[in-house]
Amino acid sequence: MSDSKIKQVEAPEGYAGEGFFATKLSDVVGMARSNSMWPLPFATSCCGIEFMATMASHYDLARFGSERMSFSPRQADMLLVMGTIAKKMAPILRQVYEQMAEPKWVIAVGACASSGGIFDTYSVLQGIDKVIPVDVYVPGCPPRPEQILDGILRLQDIVKTESVRRRSSPEYQQLLASYNIE
Amino acid sequence: MQSTQTDYLPIIIQMVIAVGFVATTIFVSSYLGPRRRSKNKDSSFECGIEVHGNARIPFSVKYFLVAILFVLFDVEVIFLYPWAINFRELGAEGFAKMGIFMFLLIVGFFYVWKKKGLEWE
Repeated sequence: MSDSKIKQVEAPEGYAGEGFFATKLSDVVGMARSNSMWPLPFATSCCGIEFMATMASHYDLARFGSERMSFSPRQADMLLVMGTIAKKMAPILRQVYEQMAEPKWVIAVGACASSGGIFDTYSVLQGIDKVIPVDVYVPGCPPRPEQILDGILRLQDIVKTESVRRRSSPEYQQLLASYNIE
Repeated sequence: MQSTQTDYLPIIIQMVIAVGFVATTIFVSSYLGPRRRSKNKDSSFECGIEVHGNARIPFSVKYFLVAILFVLFDVEVIFLYPWAINFRELGAEGFAKMGIFMFLLIVGFFYVWKKKGLEWE
């Protein structure tokens, strides 16, 4: 196994002994969550094409534990919004986000999803954070696959350190309430 | 070599652990994991657009008939693959056996056909 190219995730800090390993539950949960993010691609324009390249063999998002794309929000953890979101699309995006199972995270990929981009106009939503909370913004128009990968790795850092109680905390309830999400 | 009932104890323990692990993970994870419930969350997923009623409505038995017939003849084709790979080894005997197998299914096919099972309208 010494010449193996497989890189394994390092074990969290803990107390190891003969045949046992003790550590914090939150570390293990964070490690498990962050290394098995199931993406839900919400691709509406060119950033989606870059994401296809990210998923494909050359950039291979599967290396980071996101092998399976989920096209149903029920089994997805990571909503990737890629492309211009018109105001007519906003309620649909919101509904998809709402129907995702907890815990869930959102990445806004590209300028349009992050801020509306060049489409500073009446019909385009000026950033998806107007309708749903966003965890990571990836800049670029469109971003290169490396940038999308970097965004996903940043999200993994967030997930790794997230408290297991965050989703039931008053701050989180307040955040969702500010978006009128029950 | 005398085997007593206590020799099977490890197997029982293993079965208990296997079933127990599955049951524990299913039930405990549903209690420990975060979850939210709301009208929007629990409505059926229709790609984010407004829901058009319940998905569990009665629909024509024709779909079921066609689906079952498809599966039947699909399985027949699956059996043809190993036969095709071992065609030379199985020889004339294998050919005759597969002929009988396919003949039986073709009889069924004609029966379905004559019963108008394949007619959509």
